[in-house]
Amino acid sequence: MGKILMKGNEAIGEAAIRAGCLNYFAYPITPQSEVAEYLSRRMPEVGGVFLQGESEVAVSYMLFGASACGARVFTTSSSPGISLMSEGISYIAGAQCPAVFVNIMRGGPGLGGILPSQADYFQSTKGGGHGDYRLLVMAPASVQEAVEMVMLAFPLAEKYRNPVMLLGDGLIGQMMEPVEFPDHLKSEPTNKDEWATNGMDTRGSNKRNLVKSLFLDAGKLNEHNLMLKAKYDRMKQEEIRYELYNIESDYKALIVSYGTMSRVCKTSIDNMKDEGLEVGMVRPQTLFPFPEKAIYEAASKESCKVVVSIEMSMGQMVEDVERSVKGKLPVRWYGKCGGDVPTPEEVIEAVKSFL
Amino acid sequence: MGKTFSKPEALSDKHTHYCPGCTHGIIHRLVAEVIDELGIKGRTVGIAPVGCAVLAYNYFTFDFQEAAHGRAPAMATGIKRVRPDLIVFTYQGDGDLASIGMGEIIHAANRGEKFTTIFVNNAVYGMTGGQMAPTTMLGQRTTTSPFGRKVEECGMPIKMAELLSALETPGYITRQSVIKPKYIVRAKKAVKKAFQYQLEGRCFSLVEVVSTCPTNWGLTPVQAIKWAEETLLPYYKLGEFKTPE
Amino acid sequence: MQSEVMFAGFGGQGILLIGKILAHTAMEEGFEVAWIPSYGPEMRGGTAYCTVVISDRPIGSPIIRNPMHLVAMNRPSLEKFAPMVKPGGVILINSSLIPIRSQRSDVDELIVPVNDIAKELGNVRAANIVALAAFVARSKVVDFDLMKESVKKEFAKKPKFIPLNMEAIEQGRKAAIHNE
Repeated sequence: MGKILMKGNEAIGEAAIRAGCLNYFAYPITPQSEVAEYLSRRMPEVGGVFLQGESEVAVSYMLFGASACGARVFTTSSSPGISLMSEGISYIAGAQCPAVFVNIMRGGPGLGGILPSQADYFQSTKGGGHGDYRLLVMAPASVQEAVEMVMLAFPLAEKYRNPVMLLGDGLIGQMMEPVEFPDHLKSEPTNKDEWATNGMDTRGSNKRNLVKSLFLDAGKLNEHNLMLKAKYDRMKQEEIRYELYNIESDYKALIVSYGTMSRVCKTSIDNMKDEGLEVGMVRPQTLFPFPEKAIYEAASKESCKVVVSIEMSMGQMVEDVERSVKGKLPVRWYGKCGGDVPTPEEVIEAVKSFL
Repeated sequence: MGKTFSKPEALSDKHTHYCPGCTHGIIHRLVAEVIDELGIKGRTVGIAPVGCAVLAYNYFTFDFQEAAHGRAPAMATGIKRVRPDLIVFTYQGDGDLASIGMGEIIHAANRGEKFTTIFVNNAVYGMTGGQMAPTTMLGQRTTTSPFGRKVEECGMPIKMAELLSALETPGYITRQSVIKPKYIVRAKKAVKKAFQYQLEGRCFSLVEVVSTCPTNWGLTPVQAIKWAEETLLPYYKLGEFKTPE
Repeated sequence: MQSEVMFAGFGGQGILLIGKILAHTAMEEGFEVAWIPSYGPEMRGGTAYCTVVISDRPIGSPIIRNPMHLVAMNRPSLEKFAPMVKPGGVILINSSLIPIRSQRSDVDELIVPVNDIAKELGNVRAANIVALAAFVARSKVVDFDLMKESVKKEFAKKPKFIPLNMEAIEQGRKAAIHNE
């Protein structure tokens, strides 16, 4: 199949279908409502389920119920909606159900704005909901990558029996780019009879299944949390993804940036190269697990004098960058919040100011 | 002489944690008997609430999910949409369904989701220790209405069966009780009817069950039944409020 | 080599659509492309604009402050965006609705009464296609005939509009040449 020109939001919807996810529950919110609009037409064509819930809170539990009985499910929303879903996400993680959430971020806090933002980094990588849980968080930098990550998200959610979050921004959702849908990423759902409440008759068993997150006994809850932690540790071993840019040069500064912001940084790096200033970049594709080692190694290069975290937030990822660099070099932050994406020129100016 | 009375297969051997005089046990049993009689244990999924029945899953022998406070109808929606062949019921109390979960129950009922809700109304929050519920009666003292519920402050007790019956979408909505044997017999018929409507793929069904909470009412079980009959039943009238016909 | 084209006008003028057709044409021609809309409340009847980035290598920043070219369909768009166009770019001015000029001497100003041309063709809604054709004919950012094919594809589901749009393309092309 050749390339087609598609809006990020629509491509995300189509990618889910091609990943074998035929169950979508959602509540409209700018800048990602096109996903729901697209799937309200598309799901009936493929015999799937489309339901517009009464709120993001309800939607997160529709996902929970459906996932708990073994179905592949996903939803899409934007920042304020993800805040509302965070209650359900905590329960889903606690009950160990696979589900895919897409956050097409807009500016906050509160109603904020509707323009692109990366201000939900903390929310998605450090919590959002209550309790000791983690999401596997992937951040696409193009419509094509959004498609590939959506298709990867379902098998990963099932592998870990944990929610996976795709963290895009308004631009990824609204932009049209050529996309190619890889057929080979389609994977069959894993055998869920061990745990799913899909009805005893369905699995031909007399043993009932129970999906819950309640452990009133302190010892048992601790054990449960240790088991969850072991999963998150395994993610750190097996799921770190990142891209290196201009890393073979003798760069004087190292940028760490993700999503749309990283594209701007690439242009800046190309332009600085033309001027004779070498700058490298580590682009985390997974935000949790975070590519700590790659950043540490990149920061260890002799020529490198400073590490700059560039984000469309007031400095969230920079904390993880600092953790990764382990005091080896000064770590600085540059960013903007509110929808005004920094230009390549502004990035260049910032990087130079730190040198 | 053969065995004349036995425990339903859908009910487990575990002793419940419910207080003496609490009617949850009776309601659990009615649900279990109906599931046995309809032969649907193997394809039933129950959803436990947050509240006194949070551990309800321990007392049944089929698949169960545990919801967050008030969200059981959204979970049931998720299940029924992806697996319409499963028989799904939510078991919810008055704090869960009529307060924090009001949005979820109204929209599920209005969409005509084809699951069954068993709604236990005992006019008080039980598990958290006797706080005021949306169904608490006027003048009723609770730990958060120590001077008695006042209409100017908290409005009138919500009549959920009537409220849900006002929706135009077809459904089966009934209010029953289990405080006397004659009521129990009728309640069981209603529970069975509710599950049958679901089995036929007809409509959303809800059985509100007026119940007692001697512990949090500060009454003996016998006094509690008397109070329920004299105070609750005149306000929460029993009967069928809506049928899909 | 990268060029950026900004299309701007009122909501309802078909701005986003001609941007999409240009992006589609460039993709068919083998270029990397990105189509970036303005989105939000201003979409509903206010100003609408989109930027199409066409490049022979992967596109970095999709945020373009200084486009190479501008297609201005109304006066506020021209006033707002004309100062940002890079020197040497094309600025198409829809003179049916814009009585002023860009005040730039370092750009190629293309003045086309696109609404009037479309009205003469019998449907003012084809004004956007007139503008697109005139712009492509002048700037040559994509192959003209491929663009024509993209328009046909875009209207494949409403074939009765294809003859009108083909005529709009022809008139747009003539206007661009006539202006030279």
